[in-house]
Amino acid sequence: MDKLDLTPTASPLLELLNGFIVELRQAGLPVSLTENLDAVAAVKHIPIEDREAFKYALAATLVKNHAHWRAFETVFEVYFSLRGEEYTLSGEDLEDAASEDSVASDNEQQLGQMPGQGGGQEGLTQEQLAEMLYRSLMNSDQNLMRAVSRVAVQRFAGMEPGRPVGGTYYLYRTLRNLDLEGVLERMLKEAELENAELDSLNRRLLKDEYEHRIEELKKQIEAEIRRRLVADRGVEAMAKTLRKPLPEDVDFMHASREEMVALKRAIWPLTRKLAARLARKRRHGRKGPLDFRNTVRHSLSYGGVPAEPKFKFPKPAKPEIMVIADISGSVAAFARFTLHLVYALNSQFSKVRSFVFIDGIDEVTQYFEGVDDITAAIHRVNTEADVIWVDGHSDYGHAFEVFNERYGKDVGPKTTVMILGDARNNYHASQSWVIKEIESKARKVFWLNPEPRSYWDTGDSIVSEHSAYCEGTFEVRNLRQLESFVENLV
Amino acid sequence: MTYRFNDVPEVRSNLKKVSYLADEGIAGVVYLSDRLQKPVLVEGPAGTGKTQLAKSVAEMSGARLIRLQCYEGLDESKALYEWNYKKQLLRIQAERNLTGDGSWEEIEDDIFSDEFLLTRPLLEAIQSEDPVVLLIDEVDRVEIETEALLLEILSDYQVSIPELGTVTARQIPLVFLTSNNTRELSEALKRRCLFLHIDYPDLEREREIILTKVPDINEALSDQIARVVRSVRQLDLKKAPSVSETLDWARTLVHLGVDHIDAKTATDTVNILLKYRSDIEKTVKEFATDESLNIDQSSDG
Repeated sequence: MDKLDLTPTASPLLELLNGFIVELRQAGLPVSLTENLDAVAAVKHIPIEDREAFKYALAATLVKNHAHWRAFETVFEVYFSLRGEEYTLSGEDLEDAASEDSVASDNEQQLGQMPGQGGGQEGLTQEQLAEMLYRSLMNSDQNLMRAVSRVAVQRFAGMEPGRPVGGTYYLYRTLRNLDLEGVLERMLKEAELENAELDSLNRRLLKDEYEHRIEELKKQIEAEIRRRLVADRGVEAMAKTLRKPLPEDVDFMHASREEMVALKRAIWPLTRKLAARLARKRRHGRKGPLDFRNTVRHSLSYGGVPAEPKFKFPKPAKPEIMVIADISGSVAAFARFTLHLVYALNSQFSKVRSFVFIDGIDEVTQYFEGVDDITAAIHRVNTEADVIWVDGHSDYGHAFEVFNERYGKDVGPKTTVMILGDARNNYHASQSWVIKEIESKARKVFWLNPEPRSYWDTGDSIVSEHSAYCEGTFEVRNLRQLESFVENLV
Repeated sequence: MTYRFNDVPEVRSNLKKVSYLADEGIAGVVYLSDRLQKPVLVEGPAGTGKTQLAKSVAEMSGARLIRLQCYEGLDESKALYEWNYKKQLLRIQAERNLTGDGSWEEIEDDIFSDEFLLTRPLLEAIQSEDPVVLLIDEVDRVEIETEALLLEILSDYQVSIPELGTVTARQIPLVFLTSNNTRELSEALKRRCLFLHIDYPDLEREREIILTKVPDINEALSDQIARVVRSVRQLDLKKAPSVSETLDWARTLVHLGVDHIDAKTATDTVNILLKYRSDIEKTVKEFATDESLNIDQSSDG
């Protein structure tokens, strides 16, 4: 490995890199010392003025999990936003835009004369800016787009120096003034006028293309805002404001829609892992009884001496899983996630039975069977399952009682029971004897609780009354915890 | 130490010569793996050209490709080396029959020598005199315990054989590991590698790929195909179309003599692009809905 270059000439970059890596660790990325050294070694082989290559060099050495890419990118943009072409070209690229595109030359000339930073935007009316925005998107003109986003931020974001907000507020203000939906509509109308015989497919493609361009523009605007914020408040402060939990640390209960999509994708490998865990236990377990025929057959190669005893493979026990999930309002977000988990489990295990409850309980296994589309299954669960008994407030006690009465006989020594819920019982009777009875019949009973451990047994939560009879009660608020639950299952 | 490549653009253009269109990230990581002498762990959805990358790098640098396909139950004797015990037995018997005076030590030294060693891909890769590209395919299929087999060779380019000692590499091979991410790889393995995530290509790259790989296709059609595929990938599908499926579709369209895709052609041939019935139904429905209607409604509301 190359020696570390610690000469004074290298140190500003080294220092910047160090700060960068510290921030990555703050954001939760596991960066080890070797990886740190690799990154330093890697950037020495990369021409420093090539921002993209620099970024990929750092990513290849520091980020070993694709789910962390976004977090990395955010930190990178903050730390290195003041370096690289976009920043250094702040004056010239406006003129580039003007000279390259001849169609819109008169408007751009005006823009080109504007200084990059501060003041001077009076030269451009609102209509002119809107027109330029429209044209930049219509022609997919990157330079003009960049110029427009710069002007837009300057004019609409209303950024005040020193104000400790993230970029979202400014982004919102800028976008509201640009009316991008109106622009999209206009672009589509225009395209339809130009090309009368567009069929549904091609219209769709056109729309996707325009939406894609608008997304690009939004990213440009975001980058512009970030650049200004970093210039105003410094790198560390900005990085701290923008820090977001990694996908595996996102709380199920408060996941945004976007985060939920990422979570959904992450569940699949997890259930495969769960299945692998259980299967592995079977394979590595005790060997089966002596296989006489096989032993004799193999003894022939040792001159009739049975030197190598052969064993039968043990018959694999098929794990049966029963999932009992609370889908009441208090755990709504978690429940959505739960149903995804159930669906994923279904595809991995042959025998999964699923039940949902609020104050009544219903079996929903058949909704998931042979269904290709999870959203349809969830919709059926939410509309068809009979889970309301009295008032639609969760009543674990009653739900468990009914479960025991109807399905209790199906719980056998091979059954693993997983209960998912926050154990908030609205001060009803707990009926924890049911859990005790199930526990005595089942192989194992696990309780997964989406609430933080410190909230347990506060208010109407009766975790410990039930958990006394469970093999384990786990706080499962995020993917990391779910993963460690699966890891430790064996 | 001489390097294989001079700079990133060179890697990129050389890869292009062997019909592999790399983006900046891919070329950059290949270049770095040569400079830092580190293996590359390539991850990403199926059918995005992970394995092909290793093959193309081998082809472009004129190196021999040695491939180790991983599977559950892969062990030392399949990955590293094995003693050729039948030959050892013969050797011992020959000794006894011919002369009968070989001492125990002599025979022991003799039968644990190179001659009786069966090299498996990993050992072969580092023993080779000529430049080699080692491809360890689908490394996520081996159990986490078996991963440890790879660690020594990945970090030090050497293999320790108890009876022989340590075999160090005659030349440092370029190593690519691919993973479909069916499970989390161990930290130890990841730490030793550069990480490269190959995602579905963006519009321009996909169009280029179609143009390079499908003969007799015109630019307009390839552009349209790339656009359709991009739109399809945005839908929430069980399995998004991979690059190879895109190419299959492109070839089909060329064979059918299509030069402009309309909704009907797309509906008729979409089963080449997608493999699940529910995905196909969803896509067909999406493409059939008239977008202009939706826009008018949304503008009213």
